[in-house]
Amino acid sequence: MIRFDRVSKRYPPGLDALSDLSFEVAEREMAIVSGHSGAGKSTLLKLIAAVEKPTGGAVLVGGQNVGGLARSALPYLRRRIGMVFQDQKLLFDRSVFENVLLPLSIAGFPPRDAAQRVRAALDKVGLATREKALPIMLSGGEQQRLAIARAVVGRPNLLLADEPTAHLDRDTAADVARIFHQFHDVGVTILIATYAGELFPGARRLRLDHGKLMA
Amino acid sequence: MKAWVVGHRDAALLALRRLAGAPVNSLLSLLAIGVALTLPAGGQMLVANALHLAGTTSAVPQISVFMAASAERRAASEIESRLGKYGGVKQVQFLPREETLARMKGNPGLRDVIEALPGNPFPDAFIVTATDDRPEAMEKLAQEFRQWPKVEHVQLDSAWVRRLDALLKLGRTATILLGTLLGVGLIAISFGSIRMQILMHRAEIEVSQLLGATDGFIRRPFLYYGVLLGLGGGIVAWLLVGAATWWLRAPLGELARLYDLSLVLHTLDARDSSLLLGFAGCLGWTGATISLRQHLQPL
Ligand SMILES: Nc1ncnc2c1ncn2[C@@H]1O[C@H](COP(=O)(O)OP(=O)(O)O)[C@@H](O)[C@H]1O
Ligand SMILES: [Mg+2]
Repeated sequence: MIRFDRVSKRYPPGLDALSDLSFEVAEREMAIVSGHSGAGKSTLLKLIAAVEKPTGGAVLVGGQNVGGLARSALPYLRRRIGMVFQDQKLLFDRSVFENVLLPLSIAGFPPRDAAQRVRAALDKVGLATREKALPIMLSGGEQQRLAIARAVVGRPNLLLADEPTAHLDRDTAADVARIFHQFHDVGVTILIATYAGELFPGARRLRLDHGKLMA
Repeated sequence: MKAWVVGHRDAALLALRRLAGAPVNSLLSLLAIGVALTLPAGGQMLVANALHLAGTTSAVPQISVFMAASAERRAASEIESRLGKYGGVKQVQFLPREETLARMKGNPGLRDVIEALPGNPFPDAFIVTATDDRPEAMEKLAQEFRQWPKVEHVQLDSAWVRRLDALLKLGRTATILLGTLLGVGLIAISFGSIRMQILMHRAEIEVSQLLGATDGFIRRPFLYYGVLLGLGGGIVAWLLVGAATWWLRAPLGELARLYDLSLVLHTLDARDSSLLLGFAGCLGWTGATISLRQHLQPL
C-alpha cells in the first residue's frame, strides 16, 4: 500500500528532516511511527499525501509515485486518503455536521447520500447526537473524534493520523485508539504517528530518530 | 440535482453567507462600487435622454426667416410667394405672429411675461426647408434671404442640432471614458475585497486543499463573492440613477418648457440596465479572478 524507497526530505535552507528512508506498509496493516519531537514523523505523513515532495527517492502509494504527480492530480490522491491532522484543522464557523460533510462536498457527492454518510461516520465515532453543535462546544476528545469522522467519511482505504492522542487524558486517548482499531478491523490500512505506542498493541512499529529509521 | 449544479449552488450560498457575515464591510464595498458606477450610468442616462430629445426635435435642417416686427402682413405675403418661387427652396411654412403669441401663452412659465408686454412681441416668420440641406448650401440661402426687404433676422436651425450632435458625441465619449476608468476602480475594489476574503478563510482553503479540493472548487465561492459584489454595486448605481432621474424630472421639464421643448427625463431603459448589471458583474468577477491568481497558494 505504502512504499518508501530511499526517501530523503531536505527543507530549505538545508535541514534533513528524513534521510534515506526505506520501508513498506502492507494493505490492511496497522503501523505506528514513533520518535522524538522533530524526528520527522509529520514530514513522513505529509510525503504520503503529497503535501510535501521528497527531495530524494520515491514515495509510492498504491503503486503510484506520488512525488511525481501533477498538481491537477493531487486532489484525487488526497480523496483516497483519510487524514487526521496534528492540529486537527476543524472549521470553527461550521457545525459538526458541516465539518464532516466537507470532504463529500469536495468530492461532489449527491447531497442525500452525503447526509446519510455523514450521520454514519458521526455514529461510528459516537457523535451522532452532536451534529448541530459547533466544534468549540466539544471537549478535546470529542474534537479529536470529529476529526476522525471527517477523515473516514469518504471511506478511504488508507487512514493517516498525526498524533491523534496528544493532549488527551488516558481514558479519552484509549477511546480514540479503540476507534482506529475498529477501522483496522474492517480492513483499512492505518499509519499513525504517535508517542503513545502502548495504545496500539499489535501494530507494526517504525521508529524514527533524527530522520533515520531505527531497526 | 446534478452534482455540479449542487456545487455551484453551494458556492453561491457560501458567498452570500460570507457577504452577510460582515454586513458593514459588504455594505461599504457595495456603496463604493455603486457610487463609482453611478457616474457612467448617470452619463448614459443623460445621453440617452438627449438622444431621444434630438430625435423628436427636427432632424431636418431648417432656416427660420423672421420679418421685422413693424412689417405688415402684405410684406409677409410678398416674402412668402418669393420664397415659394425661389430656386433651392423645397417647402415654406408660414407662422403668423398671432399663432406664435397664442402658443407661447400656453407656456405657464412665459404667460406672465408676455401678458406684461404691450402688444405682440413676436414677428411673422417662415420656416424654410431646402432641397440641398448641406450646411454650405443652407448658409448661402440664408445669406440671400438676409438681403430681402423687411426681413429682420435669418437663422439656421440646423446649427443647434449640429451643436447638440457634437455635444452628444462628447457625452458618449465621456461616458465610455468614465466607465472604463471607474471600471478599473471597481476591479481594484473587488481585487482588494477578495484578498481580504482569502486571508479570512485561509484555514478553510488549506483544509479543503488537504481534503482533495480542486482549484475550481476553492475558487468558486470567491468568484461568486466577486460577482455578487459587482452586481450589488450595479444595483446600488441603478437605484441612485433612478433616484436622480426622479429628482431631476420636474426641474428639467420646467427648464425644457422654457425652450418650448417637451422633455420627460427617463431612467435607464431595459437594455442599459442589463448592460450596467452585466458590466458590474463582469468587473467583480475579473477582480476576483486576478486576486485569486495572486493570492491563492497551492498546497
Ligand atoms: N515546513 C518546514 N520547513 C522547514 N523545516 C521544517 C518544516 N517542517 C518541519 N521542519 C523540520 O523538520 C524536522 C522534522 O519535523 P516534523 O516532521 O514536524 O517532526 P515531528 O512531527 O516528528 O515532530 C524538524 O526539525 C522541523 O523543524
Ligand atoms: Mg509532528
